[in-house]
Amino acid sequence: MGKRIGIENSLAAAEAIMMANVDVVAAYPITPQTHIVEHLSELVADGELDAEFIPVESEHAAMSVCCGSSAVGARTFTCTSSQGLALMNEIVFIAPSLRLPIVMILANRSMSGPLSIWNDHTDVMSIRDCGWIQVFTENGQEIFDHVMFAFRVAEDPKISLPLIVNVDGFTLTHVIEPIEYWDQETVTKYLPDFKPVNVLDPDHPVTMGAFGMPSIFTEAKKSQDQALINSKPGIVQAWEEMGKLTGRHYRPVETNCAEDAETVFLTMGSFGETVSIAVDELRKQGKPVGQIKIRLWRPFPFEEFRQAVQGVKKIIIVDRAISYGGPGGPVAGEIRSLLYGEDNMPVITNFLCGLAGRDVTPEDYIAMYEKSEAMKGIVREEDYIFYGVRE
Amino acid sequence: MVKSEEELSWKDLGVGCVVNEPGNASQYKTGDWRSIRPVWDKEKCIRCGVCYLFCPDMAIGKTGEGYFETDLYYCKGCGICVQECITGCIKMVEEEE
Repeated sequence: MGKRIGIENSLAAAEAIMMANVDVVAAYPITPQTHIVEHLSELVADGELDAEFIPVESEHAAMSVCCGSSAVGARTFTCTSSQGLALMNEIVFIAPSLRLPIVMILANRSMSGPLSIWNDHTDVMSIRDCGWIQVFTENGQEIFDHVMFAFRVAEDPKISLPLIVNVDGFTLTHVIEPIEYWDQETVTKYLPDFKPVNVLDPDHPVTMGAFGMPSIFTEAKKSQDQALINSKPGIVQAWEEMGKLTGRHYRPVETNCAEDAETVFLTMGSFGETVSIAVDELRKQGKPVGQIKIRLWRPFPFEEFRQAVQGVKKIIIVDRAISYGGPGGPVAGEIRSLLYGEDNMPVITNFLCGLAGRDVTPEDYIAMYEKSEAMKGIVREEDYIFYGVRE
Repeated sequence: MVKSEEELSWKDLGVGCVVNEPGNASQYKTGDWRSIRPVWDKEKCIRCGVCYLFCPDMAIGKTGEGYFETDLYYCKGCGICVQECITGCIKMVEEEE
């Protein structure tokens, strides 16, 4: 492997994208994604990265350019956050329907309003059902590794789907961490050249994005859904091969002290590291507590998740987005739904916290654990709790 | 296309529903849209071909006698031929008639 250096995670991400030999970057700057795009722009301007950097006029244009460049067979990257993602939304849904393997880093930030630049998961949850492969990362090293993973998986001819790497804004994008760079030889070994399944080529004309009448639309959607479901073996294989090359092993659902746990915390993204401190503390106190982290959000790893919660009596689900007037946080809503009707279904408590970057400390998780201990069943009024809200 | 669109299963669709054979717009039966269709009065028709020139779907063609008729597989019943006809020989009739 390559050298280990201290660098801001965003800059390392940009350099990973350079090492992945990207052909086209189309992006518009938005906090907290900015440093990734700025650095890519510098790398291209300085001649270090031989790629087209297209400084578009909006995120809507960014994703449109990405669809075009991916369609002609160029390795394509974009990056956005929050309002930028919202502006891009229309085309975000089109990319997977055309099976274009675009890679996006989404520097997670809350959706306005009130206007906020800080971190939570309301942006990614707004496009939960867009059809992209979606993974979450927990630290700088994971971001670096998942850039390589993202291109490898998205461009796998058996998959050919766009992929979002979720990176918590500021918490991950703006911190300096020690990161082990891959050497170029390892990158080349892991990431083959992009050989697109379909190519826009005047010599071999095809139509992409054709009109779909009601008589064919349902079939088109079923085929797209199945493509996303079928991507899982390739995703797992890409993680396994990365494990062999780097010694870092990633899985669709990751656990910590969960085997004999009665209560588990469930998180996605950087909150997992803080929870692990709380789990250690609670274990010291003799409490049977563990944690589960969902790394692969789409396609949802049903089998691995059911396996991970075997024997668990209570799941404390930490949501960082709100489904207003709905069943609580979006993660809790899904987990309740997938466990419904299972034998010995665990009690689920749902805390909404860390909204717009509000700190959630290990002590807060211990407090959530204690609060949920007192909650013995599914009580409608307690279906979700705004943790720490001032009454 | 071997199967018609109504017969295709989701498994028959290619990656990204890409259409690999060019020029297949001709397979699209736009005649389904029609509620009225043009009828020519050969007594008044001077075989000038203005209807043929203006038809936006190129649905109108020439018969052996030099008169014009529309291909009902494509004709949407827009009535532009009626609007443009110099002698007023075309009129639209309800499909039910």
